[in-house]
Amino acid sequence: MPREANISNRLAASRGSFNRALLVPAIKDAFAKLDPRVQWRNPVMFVVEIGALLTTIFTLRDIVAGVRTMVALNIQLALWLWITVLFANFAEALAEGRGKAQAETLRRTRSETTAKKLCDGRVQQIPASQLRKGDIVLVEAGDIIPGDGEVIEGIASVDESAVTGESAPVIRESGGDRSAVTGGTRVLSDWIKVRITANPGETFLDRMINLVEGARRQKTPNEIALTILLIGLTIVFLLAVATLEPFALYSGAPAPVPVLIALLVCLIPTTIGGLLSAIGIAGMDRLLKRNVLAMSGRAVEAAGDVDVLLLDKTGTITLGNRMATAFIPAPGVTEEQLADAAQLASLADETPEGRSIVVLAKNKFRLRERDLGSLKASFVPFSAHTRMSGVDLEGRQIRKGAADAIEAFVREQGGSLPAEVRDTVARVAKEGGTPLVVAEGARVLGVVYLKDVIKGGIKERFAELRRMGIKTVMITGDNPLTAAAIAAEAGVDDFLAEATPETKLKLIRDYQAKGHLVAMTGDGTNDAPALAQADVGLAMNSGTQAAKEAGNMVDLDNNPTKLIEVVEIGKQLLMTRGSLTTFSIANDVAKYFAIIPALFTVTYPELGALNIMRLATPQSAILAAVIFNALIIIALVPLALKGVAYRPLGANAILRRNLVIYGLGGLVAPFIGIKLIDMLLVALRLA
Amino acid sequence: MAAINTDILQIALFLALLLFLAVPLGRYMARVFSGERTFLDPVLKPLERLIYRLAGVSDGREMNWREYAATLLVFNFLGMVAVYLIQRLQGVLPFNPQHFSAVPPDLAFNTAASFMTNTNWQAYSGESTMSYFTQMAALTVQNFLSAATGIAVVVALTRGLARRSAKTIGNFWEDLTRSILWVLLPLSLLFALVLVSQGVIQNLSPYLTVTTLEGGRQTLAMGPVASQEAIKLLGTNGGGFFNANSAHPFENPTPLTNLLEMLAIFVIPAGLTITYGRMVGNHRQGTVILAAMLLLFVLALGVVYGSEHYGNPTLRALGVSGPTAMEGKEVRFGIANSSLFATVTTAASCGAVNAMHDSLTPLGGLIPMLQMMLGEVVFGGVGSGLYGMLVFVILTVFIVGLMVGRTPEYLGKKIETREMKMATLAVLIPAATILLGSGLAAATRAGTASILNPGPHGLSEILYAFASGAGNNGSAFAGLNANTPFYNIALGLAMLIGRFGVILPVLAIAGSMAAKKAVPPGPGTFQTTSLLFTGLLAAVVLIVGALTFLPALALGPVVEQLLMLAGKAF
Repeated sequence: MPREANISNRLAASRGSFNRALLVPAIKDAFAKLDPRVQWRNPVMFVVEIGALLTTIFTLRDIVAGVRTMVALNIQLALWLWITVLFANFAEALAEGRGKAQAETLRRTRSETTAKKLCDGRVQQIPASQLRKGDIVLVEAGDIIPGDGEVIEGIASVDESAVTGESAPVIRESGGDRSAVTGGTRVLSDWIKVRITANPGETFLDRMINLVEGARRQKTPNEIALTILLIGLTIVFLLAVATLEPFALYSGAPAPVPVLIALLVCLIPTTIGGLLSAIGIAGMDRLLKRNVLAMSGRAVEAAGDVDVLLLDKTGTITLGNRMATAFIPAPGVTEEQLADAAQLASLADETPEGRSIVVLAKNKFRLRERDLGSLKASFVPFSAHTRMSGVDLEGRQIRKGAADAIEAFVREQGGSLPAEVRDTVARVAKEGGTPLVVAEGARVLGVVYLKDVIKGGIKERFAELRRMGIKTVMITGDNPLTAAAIAAEAGVDDFLAEATPETKLKLIRDYQAKGHLVAMTGDGTNDAPALAQADVGLAMNSGTQAAKEAGNMVDLDNNPTKLIEVVEIGKQLLMTRGSLTTFSIANDVAKYFAIIPALFTVTYPELGALNIMRLATPQSAILAAVIFNALIIIALVPLALKGVAYRPLGANAILRRNLVIYGLGGLVAPFIGIKLIDMLLVALRLA
Repeated sequence: MAAINTDILQIALFLALLLFLAVPLGRYMARVFSGERTFLDPVLKPLERLIYRLAGVSDGREMNWREYAATLLVFNFLGMVAVYLIQRLQGVLPFNPQHFSAVPPDLAFNTAASFMTNTNWQAYSGESTMSYFTQMAALTVQNFLSAATGIAVVVALTRGLARRSAKTIGNFWEDLTRSILWVLLPLSLLFALVLVSQGVIQNLSPYLTVTTLEGGRQTLAMGPVASQEAIKLLGTNGGGFFNANSAHPFENPTPLTNLLEMLAIFVIPAGLTITYGRMVGNHRQGTVILAAMLLLFVLALGVVYGSEHYGNPTLRALGVSGPTAMEGKEVRFGIANSSLFATVTTAASCGAVNAMHDSLTPLGGLIPMLQMMLGEVVFGGVGSGLYGMLVFVILTVFIVGLMVGRTPEYLGKKIETREMKMATLAVLIPAATILLGSGLAAATRAGTASILNPGPHGLSEILYAFASGAGNNGSAFAGLNANTPFYNIALGLAMLIGRFGVILPVLAIAGSMAAKKAVPPGPGTFQTTSLLFTGLLAAVVLIVGALTFLPALALGPVVEQLLMLAGKAF
């Protein structure tokens, strides 16, 4: 049963970056991509392909005409030019292949189901693929929900493990934040009527498949800008090489066309041109590895530019639940008495806060959990009216709740809230905690200190982000006092307290008006406007359909902290592009020193002075440059797929590092590489 | 050795004086173009208003980039037509004591394009072709207007980069008028007076015939030289009154005028970097560009000076010319001042010369050529140098800026598809013009027939001509006979394409950058105010600019130098 495993697990299973299963189709694809209609999309490599074709034609013509000079060289040149194109195609095919494999696993989730369509009150059985937006279907226990939609009637428990990986069933009901259902999930109990909100092929699952498959992959803005630069460079070098022919003729040193083509191919930025689309695809892929689906490459790129992160306090910065961390007794009460009462009041309280009180009492005073039933106690649940919960046993009335609620309770019994307790309550609130007052009858016993527990390591993470120039803003519904305390403890740069969807949206717009790019996470329908407004909106997969539609990324693991990783991946993507572009351009220097002297050495032997690599012969020099140019593409494929090493440092440090590796390296590497290949060619008697 | 030390001292003095003059001038220009008060306002403000009223042009309304570009194009086109007509009609116009007849159409077109585009390529000899009226009313006027146009464009680009979420980039008429009234005219007036005091002539007399010491008779060309000389240099025009240009004693009589002339070429382009820094609100943004220009300039100068000092070993062996290459140089100026002038005049798109570049050593001639091929961005033309350099700044920011992991941004503004398109065009268009033009010339009889010297030097002559035309420099390797219909038309077109093929993309960049929001800089921002950026900018200029021309240069000056070292000259 494929549906048993969730998407993230299955995606994980389909991974493995260089496994054999991916290599074979990638090699096949590399040949299929020689089709000029495909190649046309990559202008740099298109020029190489034309060059390879021309060289082949010239060589064949020479062979037919019986010209024997240079034929050995030309055959090798033609071969290596084709290999250059194939290597670039292979890089792209390999990157796409990984996505395709992942899409295949997703597709298995979407099996053909039968839908019970409601027409004028009658149920009609039709295949799910025939459902259209607006249709209403009935889904009963055991049925698979046939498409994305919204519950308009009924309530049901739904197993969404196929999409979310969460094994516990969730409740879906009409109205509110729990009305969205996803196609491919299964109703476990009861029934619901669902209005279909997406046509077949447009569902969430379909979009995911399309994205990972790269089927509708569009070039991202920065990729387009870079492509323009690459086209510009290609045209310039095309002109430089094309006009070399008249200059050479004038100089009485005619240059053979295959050699001019070789020069051209060496000069145009084939390294980055060949790897550019692979880099983009691999960026999406790296996100997918972390179980984040990006709705567009544009979003990944924007993530690299983000300089303001809006982080929800709960779940992102704090563990999500307040935990009891201390018992602060009222005057005349021991801490143990307070702990005992608090534990009794919480025994039947299944909220995380309640559990944490029981645990704290146990840890501090070895107070064992007691069975409420054997104590003949009756649990008083929390109600919105009393805003307290507690227990009644053997005539004792123990209550815990907010200070004002307890105060009202004890006053009713003729007691009062001691001033010391009042001070404690104020202090705890100021420190960012939540004070929970415990009382027995008319007597206030003390305060339980409930605290938001900051996630481990998050403070260091924020410091990293600050070094990278990214500002963190904590969003919370807490009052400003509490918010400030938690913000200080977590080390965020700023906070928005008493946040509402409106203030959140306004905050994003304010930052954007100042030119910042904002990223945020969210899961509720009321997050949708802000998610849509943010430059990067990471929606939780457990969230509502509206939130997922509004955001431009979905996290399958529902981990808001992942936003930080998303930003890092975006940065890494841009860095990889920049580094390989710099490398590619820097490479040209060495190639000139290889080819120019070789090209005209017959007419002007003096130009041999430029042959500083001391390459053996003009033929070996030209061939070595072309071979290096081809091999460097394949050598850099792993880097293009993996991305350049990323460190959370400031721009200056990153720049210096990458400049040394890719700028300086780009200048030096080809000198060494071409020389080595030249020596090898001579040793093998190939030139 | 002592000679070298003196030479280096002279060069250092030149650079020190340049900075000493450029900084205050730059600050002053920033005030002028920001509309702040200057000490000349009481005199010039009324004049400015009068001009607007008479011409009926400016209503003080700002223009978007399209309006700005359209106004600029129409204005320059009309200027070109005027220059053409004056040349064609000079036979019937006044101030023509030598009774020169109409300039032939192809030459008139070439000259009109040349002076309108701030190139001042001269396919003619001034003293035997142009009447005083043509020199003054057509050529000198265009010397001012073309320089002012360049300043206007860079000011508009500066505003585009500095403004946020704006639709307009200034008013062309105001920028043009203010460039002339507040900057070019006062400086020219001052400089012309200094030149006259040093012996530069300024008259409308017929040519004089004198008896020389040996008893021979010689005709001395006269004319209103000083007034044209000042703007020729200050406006990086370079079109000499006489054919010998600044090597002529009536144009450049003394060592002092030689120094001042070189300073005049650089002072506005250098000053504009300071203006730029102030107008974008961070003076360091301007100084890094100035530093990159200085770095490239010193490198270039080092090669020229070294090569000229080393000279031609064959001649050295014969003992005819001393240890260094003095051929084609004024003995008054010597190696240092000739090398310096040649580097200055081609770094800036001036084109005035005090030595014959055709006679430079091959390597010494390569550098002037290369500086023009780089797009005239090392100081460059008045205005045009800085806007050309800013295009390279955008390219550098884009290529290198990506490496820090953000969409590249300059002055807080993202560099996106449109800017890259325009920046690429601005680099591509002049380069393509030079390559295609020279290729055409090298491949056709019409092109090769004009070549004086055989072999690689002939190719250098062609390359130099098209680099000079497309780069709007105007200096020449004199060996090439450029006054032929082929070269007049081809080079005229090269100048027009090289000028407006950059101006239009630059104004488009100004327009799109003005509309953008700016992100405040942070630790994640790629800094464009560091010394590292200066180095990167220079490297990108060299790599992107030079790599394009290396194959052609290899067949021209590079091989010529290698052949010369092997004892073969052309």
